Amino acid sequence: MHEVVSLASHADNGLRPAPSPMPLRISGLTFATGNTDILKGIDLDLSTDRLTVLMGPNGAGKSVFLKLLHGLLQPTSGEISWMGQPVTKAVRKQQALVFQKPVLLRRSVAANLNFALGLRKVSDRAERLKEALSDLGLEPLAKRPARVLSGGEQQRLALARALILKPKVLMLDEPTANLDPATTLVIEQAISKVRRAGVKVIMITHAPHQARRLGEEVVFLHAGKITEHTPADTFFDRPASEAARAYLAGEILI
Amino acid sequence: MQDFAHSFVLAGDLIASGDEDLTEIVGLSLRVTASALGISALIGLPFGAILAVSRFPGRTAVTVLANALMGLPPVVVGLVVYMLLSNAGPLGPLQLLYTPTAMIIAQAVLITPIIIALTRQVIADLNAEYADTFHSLVVPWHTAIGALLWDARFSLITVLLAGFGRAVAEVGAVMIVGGNINHVTRMMTTAIALETSRGDLALALALGMVLLLIALAVNGAVALLRGTERSSAHA
Repeated sequence: MHEVVSLASHADNGLRPAPSPMPLRISGLTFATGNTDILKGIDLDLSTDRLTVLMGPNGAGKSVFLKLLHGLLQPTSGEISWMGQPVTKAVRKQQALVFQKPVLLRRSVAANLNFALGLRKVSDRAERLKEALSDLGLEPLAKRPARVLSGGEQQRLALARALILKPKVLMLDEPTANLDPATTLVIEQAISKVRRAGVKVIMITHAPHQARRLGEEVVFLHAGKITEHTPADTFFDRPASEAARAYLAGEILI
Repeated sequence: MQDFAHSFVLAGDLIASGDEDLTEIVGLSLRVTASALGISALIGLPFGAILAVSRFPGRTAVTVLANALMGLPPVVVGLVVYMLLSNAGPLGPLQLLYTPTAMIIAQAVLITPIIIALTRQVIADLNAEYADTFHSLVVPWHTAIGALLWDARFSLITVLLAGFGRAVAEVGAVMIVGGNINHVTRMMTTAIALETSRGDLALALALGMVLLLIALAVNGAVALLRGTERSSAHA
């Protein structure tokens, strides 16, 4: 039996408008490695009009979930569709995923961004490069080799590389893990900017304050299942599931 | 013992005076090996990279074969190339036997598997790091190969220098297909073998010293490259 939790069930409280067309529809999603089920029959619909925060303890399957949404992993069973389309190459070109540990090419900051721009037919390359460098505060570092940057600078570059292709869906796997408040602020501002521009954002974080600042809805994963999918305020003020309550209280979830 | 010492002195004189025969032999050796390396690089770098990133039936077998061919005995390569280029062979009409071109072919055959196998390993390691990012960015395979080759350039130059070292020091294959003809196909290694057997230790020693210097320069270049790679922090 699948866990089925939808925001539609929360629409009755009158706090939110009727959901927009669901760009992401997941049904019966299971992912297993060996004899271990990482994700267990997940059903989920997500709309474009909210920033979705994916929360849950380590090992809950959050990163695997994002990789499945982006087509980096293939589900053992179940289906994922974006606007009615399976995760094809064309769909993936509309998405961007920023990994927790950014992998950058052995080139300068600007060359990393130009590499991404060269992958698509982009007419306004110079403008996009300038905007990406500016938005992430990378202008003074443009000529520096990417590999000598600090962890925070590398993460900013990874986000800039993702945003420079103007994706319709941005997925972030703990983009500010281990970063200082200043860098976190720059990254959060960039995320907020693309969100305001209508980009669907799905983001993993372990930081409740960040989830409160940015999140409009929370999907809570525990032991491979979604135990909660609810507006962010509701999640933090009145978590419905025992697992979410324990997680927010800082208890150890097994 | 005194004769050996005298031979060393004579060898030093030959090098210092820029002896014509010595210069000709060294020049031909470097031209042949550089040409063979160029051909091997053109074939081996892209082929090794494709082998590293693509999936096709028989890929493992090709990889095993390339690795096994790294240890090709030079005399066997010489023999096979000789048979191909001899008048009775399929390439006989080209009349390439006992020419520098024949030696270039033999050396290229000898080191191409080395370039392929080492390139495959270098690119496979880098691809393991880049694969998810490339997949996420939807990078076409040919662009990915180009990017991997470029980003691994320092390691790949080391691979090429290893191939150069192997080719320039090789004697069996070039002896068979080149024939060690004076002023035509006489290489450093074949000349050393010939002059030693004739008892002209001075020229043999002088050539040996040059060969050692070249080996030293190649290894120095590798060390320098590694230092450059580290200091520029592109790795």
